Amino acid sequence: MIESLDLSMVNWARGTFALTAMYHWIFVPLTLGLSFLCAFFETIYVRTGNPQWKTLTRFWMTLFGINFAIGVATGIILEFEFGTNWSNYSWMVGDIFGAPLAIEGILAFFLEATFFAVMFFGWNRVSQKFHLFSTWMVAVGSSLSALWILVANGWMQYPIGMSFNPETARFEMQDLWAVISSPVAISHFVHATSSGFLLSSLFVLGISSWYLLKKRHIEFAKRSIAVACVFGLLSSCFVAFTGDEHAYITARTQPMKLAAMEALYDGGLPTGLAVIGLINPEKKPGDHKDAFFYKIEIPGMLTLLAKRSFQGFVPGINDLVYGNPTQGIVGVGEKIARGKQAVANLSAYKRASATGDKPAAEAALSRFDQDQKFLGYGYLNAPEEAVPSVLLTYYAFRIMVMLGMFFILLFVVYIYLMEKNRLEEKTFILKLGVASLFLGWVASQAGWVVSEVGRQPWAIQGLLPVSIARSNLDSGTVMVTFFLFLTLFTALLIAELKIMVKQISIGPEGE
Amino acid sequence: MLGNLDWSTLQQLWWLIVSVVGGLFVFLTFVQGGQTLILTLAADANEKTLITNSLGRKWELTFTTLVLFGGAFYASFPLFYASSFGGAYWVWLAILFTFIIQAVSYEFRRKPNNFLGQKTYEIFLFINGTVGVLLIGAALGTFFTGSNFTLNAYNLVHWTHSLRGLEAAFSLFNLSFGLFLVFLARTLGALYLANNLDHDSLVRRLKKSGFNNLLCALPFLLYVLVSLILMDGYAVNPVSGVVTMEAHKYLNNLLQMPLNLVLLLSGLALVIVGVVLNRFTASVRGIWPAGLGTVLTCLAIFFLAGYNNTAFYPSKVDLASSLTIYNASSSHYTLTMMSYVALTVPFVLAYIIWVWRQMDSQKLTLKELTADKKSY
Repeated sequence: MIESLDLSMVNWARGTFALTAMYHWIFVPLTLGLSFLCAFFETIYVRTGNPQWKTLTRFWMTLFGINFAIGVATGIILEFEFGTNWSNYSWMVGDIFGAPLAIEGILAFFLEATFFAVMFFGWNRVSQKFHLFSTWMVAVGSSLSALWILVANGWMQYPIGMSFNPETARFEMQDLWAVISSPVAISHFVHATSSGFLLSSLFVLGISSWYLLKKRHIEFAKRSIAVACVFGLLSSCFVAFTGDEHAYITARTQPMKLAAMEALYDGGLPTGLAVIGLINPEKKPGDHKDAFFYKIEIPGMLTLLAKRSFQGFVPGINDLVYGNPTQGIVGVGEKIARGKQAVANLSAYKRASATGDKPAAEAALSRFDQDQKFLGYGYLNAPEEAVPSVLLTYYAFRIMVMLGMFFILLFVVYIYLMEKNRLEEKTFILKLGVASLFLGWVASQAGWVVSEVGRQPWAIQGLLPVSIARSNLDSGTVMVTFFLFLTLFTALLIAELKIMVKQISIGPEGE
Repeated sequence: MLGNLDWSTLQQLWWLIVSVVGGLFVFLTFVQGGQTLILTLAADANEKTLITNSLGRKWELTFTTLVLFGGAFYASFPLFYASSFGGAYWVWLAILFTFIIQAVSYEFRRKPNNFLGQKTYEIFLFINGTVGVLLIGAALGTFFTGSNFTLNAYNLVHWTHSLRGLEAAFSLFNLSFGLFLVFLARTLGALYLANNLDHDSLVRRLKKSGFNNLLCALPFLLYVLVSLILMDGYAVNPVSGVVTMEAHKYLNNLLQMPLNLVLLLSGLALVIVGVVLNRFTASVRGIWPAGLGTVLTCLAIFFLAGYNNTAFYPSKVDLASSLTIYNASSSHYTLTMMSYVALTVPFVLAYIIWVWRQMDSQKLTLKELTADKKSY
């Protein structure tokens, strides 16, 4: 097993980025949702004047603050890792990708940073209304931050609003509004943000359920659960809705990712959806093995989800890799051949320009223009390289979807039991609520696995493979960094968990 | 309106914006400087708590400004971002490490069951305030001394020194630049704390500390200034773009941009005024002239590095690979769009100042911290 691992620099760099992003995403969803929950709690306090709501607000704010600090620490690394580990990426698309990062800093981070201090330390220094306003500003700032970073991520998934400049050999922005309003970016933003709201609701529900199981802080826990359940149910329904929309857009913009999500090798008219299945790990594109050992399939369902009708062809991995002339799909092999032409002609253009040979430069540029849109494919060596990990993408997608459905049910049950005033006696449900706190993170991380593993091998979908996006570093250097981050982040996570658990065990009476 | 500006004007405008953000960041390193005073100036646990809580209400602004500094460079001069971060790898990672450990330290330091112990987090803050600031200074020093890199035809950076950026700290100029920033940050930290805390004996010591740290900073500042006047610099031909070495380039820049000379001298004078005001009068408001002076001084340093046909990120090993504000910038379109976004900066600054005033209208007391279970 271990000897088959490719320990090249690019894989260490991918591993380091995945490590940082996954650690970061432990804390970010909680920041996104808990900031709004704190704002809800404080709004109720201000409107009712009931000091118990203030106690409740301050307790959840304490947990928010512990989580926020480590989220900030992991976040700074992500921004700068684009430069350190992916410097060619930073040059080739920095003209486009840098903009949302800078806008995030100006329009979102300062909002959070400025009002965070008021939210935590301003209780006796500013008026009640100004304090409430500050809490809301932290929540708005968190979501604005998510908006801009997901605009950047959405552009990586579906690059639009730009053109390639052969002079500088980089992609340059042509339309900022197209980048911002990209359907992929918007659907990414609403789906990821609402999943953060959902996870935070589970966080509040889980801890409050633990208090009910321990017969501690009963009224506090019930109040928290009531707000979290409403927010959680609305969020989880919205997550399901936006997830469906996101899959629909993925079908149009990243068909290979959709095919991997469904382990669909051969497309059809119409195509069924393998709701659950056991994948054959030996299955490779182009062979005749079955993709599944076992599956339960709903006929025509995938076509319905991808096309919003039972008409239309949903391409499979084989169609995309080897081409399907009937459906007008160009195979990756042909794209690679044309991409290599583009690479050669770009090189010829650069050489001719450097020597001042204008006619040769113009001729090379003309040839380059014919194949320019396949430039990124020129850096792949085999059609099969364009296929992401089907195993990981398929199972991660199912884990995310099934848990998402379960959470809707959980919130409905909680609301029903709260309404009937029978929640305290249902210990099994309360234990399920506690467990769901962790399941929320599993679903959330699985979602990002689908999104990011599903678009491999591309750093920028169809334009720039990760192997070309990297920095000029040796694998040993990046490997050392990987383990340094792993050690540091793990130590900080342990510290955070120990502090968090202690604060929970102290409870709101410590306020 | 902004779309009518030509590309070179936008490139110069963005160097100005980056310089302003850089200047504000250096001013806000009063947080880092203050952190180093926790271990060296606080006499007991109460004083430590006072200092930590005062700084803890501002650390995020410094952190965010650093992130914005990176983001602004990324958006406006992506070739610098790619070349410096991808090339001078270890120095940037070392800086980032010091900021990771800072970010959790305020929140975790006094929380029960914090795994590493209070002292560890105080050491983290100290490391951030010393090593972090020193390395930032060393990295910025390479704007004048140059770095060890080459760029190929596709602008992919190749670093030619095995220490990958850490070698910058072994240059006397860069080291002096870094140490100047460390002592300047300590000076600003002492001035800020003296203005923010209500604790007579601690404030008296802070007022002295500001003065003493400025005295420590002066030799390094003088070395940097004299070196800048004497050293050869990296000049770029505005027509051909060819970079060559020019004798006394930075002195020439000062003489050819007299406004920059005024900025530099008035900035340094304001820092001194702020410190002297605090040390020899009853006033504790020296942070404001010193803060303004810091921003002006930084602006002058950045202008010296990037304007007047100067390569701001020169390569020592291959002059042709040197970066200027013209060959490292984003496209005309991106700079235009980002300039529109930058119009929001005054609004952002305005609400920061407004909130700062709201929060700091009363000085921080031990009584308040004792009553607040959420204090750091």
